[in-house]
Amino acid sequence: MAEIFALVEHRQGAVRDITYELLTCGRKLATAQNTKLTALVFASPADKIVESIQERADRIIVMEHGVFENFNAEIYQLALRDILEKEKPHVTLIGHTAFGYDLCPALGAEMGIPFATDCLDIEFTGSRLRVTRSVYDGKLDAHVLLKEHTSYLVTLRSGCFTPEEVSLATEVVKQESPVTEQPEYRKFVDYIEAAVGEVDITKADIIVSVGRGIKEQANLPVMEEFATAIGGVLSCSRPVVDAGWLPKDRQVGSSGKTVKPKLYIALGISGAFQHIVGMKGADTIIAVNKDPNAPIFNEADYGIVEDLFKVVPVLKEKILDAKKLKG
Amino acid sequence: MDIIACIKRVPQTAEADVKIDSSGKDIVKDRLQFDMNESDTYALEEAILLKEKFSGSLTVISVGTFDAEDTLRIALAKGADNAIRIKAEDFGELDGYKTAQLLKAVIKDLKHDAIFTGCIATDDYYSQVGVTLAELLGMPHASLVTKIEIDGNTVHAYRELEGGLLEHLAMSLPALFTIQTGINEPRYASLIAIRRAAKKEIKVIGKEEINAEDIVSFSSLEKLFTPPVGERAEILSGTLDEIGTRVQGIVKEKGLL
Repeated sequence: MAEIFALVEHRQGAVRDITYELLTCGRKLATAQNTKLTALVFASPADKIVESIQERADRIIVMEHGVFENFNAEIYQLALRDILEKEKPHVTLIGHTAFGYDLCPALGAEMGIPFATDCLDIEFTGSRLRVTRSVYDGKLDAHVLLKEHTSYLVTLRSGCFTPEEVSLATEVVKQESPVTEQPEYRKFVDYIEAAVGEVDITKADIIVSVGRGIKEQANLPVMEEFATAIGGVLSCSRPVVDAGWLPKDRQVGSSGKTVKPKLYIALGISGAFQHIVGMKGADTIIAVNKDPNAPIFNEADYGIVEDLFKVVPVLKEKILDAKKLKG
Repeated sequence: MDIIACIKRVPQTAEADVKIDSSGKDIVKDRLQFDMNESDTYALEEAILLKEKFSGSLTVISVGTFDAEDTLRIALAKGADNAIRIKAEDFGELDGYKTAQLLKAVIKDLKHDAIFTGCIATDDYYSQVGVTLAELLGMPHASLVTKIEIDGNTVHAYRELEGGLLEHLAMSLPALFTIQTGINEPRYASLIAIRRAAKKEIKVIGKEEINAEDIVSFSSLEKLFTPPVGERAEILSGTLDEIGTRVQGIVKEKGLL
């Protein structure tokens, strides 16, 4: 039976969390198909990366070369094509991350292999593959069937599989890289760290976070005042940064900061998955949103279905009272 | 510089109540507003800025039904020179791969130094059309781009990675960029420009020009369903004062202050 492959994702020398999720998902598929799970490592140096995933796959194929030090979709595409042509795996799992995003569709189109992106779950149904996806701003899910083929590519959304500890007897196989230099038309130059702002939201115990629902920039001072009054800081979801109302370092979410405060008050945030991954670690989440079906209510501990502009003054007063009593 | 921007008309579902229709494969659309997909507005703006800087032509293309022409006209009003609609109704169910092939069938005959698409459509959420199109056209790409600088023959593209890190790439043209929201400030079309755009011709391409048999899909929608909910929030109800008192109780009890 053709195997299940999972692409190991790493950045700046460290394995990314999505890798362990891919391996867990891969093991589920391999078990269902009674086949083996192979992890693909393209890295330089590769030792530490290989060590991090030891015992989590039946086999690790390693290509070690300087070109793999930093991710470049063009180079990964060449390397993967080389391996996929030789090995013909049944399913190749890739993270739906900034890396997988840049890689999977091009690889699938080049090789004529059916692919599905941003999947929450995967299952075989007969000889076909069925994936579960989130659509319409996360309001609905979809089952999608892939065209019948001997091979498939799937990118998996972060946070859908909980990594499991396993101890498999792992065979490590080294292969030569088919590519030895960066292509002229697309070269990796460097990584640029996000600018550090005056407020570090990752250190705050109380966070008031605003989203699209605050409507306009003129409403920000009231929200900032609320946050400060209750001893917290103000953060936001992506649309607020996109509009230029708050700097990037205040953004909570996959492309912003991950926060774990004691209290997170989400105001007018619908709860796109990209935001959720940045705040789900908060101890207590209170969400205020006019839309009772907003996905944020699936993550929050407490929900208030109301106009946030009516709720904020009341919350401010009541929380300040609570503080006074405490002090 | 000849530039192409691909745009999509989508239902605005972020803050709307979304219901599944009787087919089980589509949503009830009559109460929804439709507009240009969010990241496409940024892609279009980036294309217009580039055209203004380097001169040349900007063509906007959309795979869509007749209504998509409204969205194309907005793009014309903002500064695009030409607009093309590929008749979605001629090609059956579309997945990202099929859409990319339709775009390729048209774009391959157009001059293009740079192509811009949004990084994700908020309806199907695939985020794959741009990168697939680049591959089909045999050109390099960069996805999730939040900054572009052109320096002679080199394009510096900055991709947004997780955690706020940027990946800086040096690329050459022609190339395709899928644009992330926030890269620029999309302009609004003036009323005069919208009126003028209403009279412009939109080229329509369908099955007479593109052989549908050559266009294949990789996936098909089986069904839509309401996401399973885990533990949902406890909804605090009552008057605002009562809700406030509940919150007060929660923060005190849990020692959150």
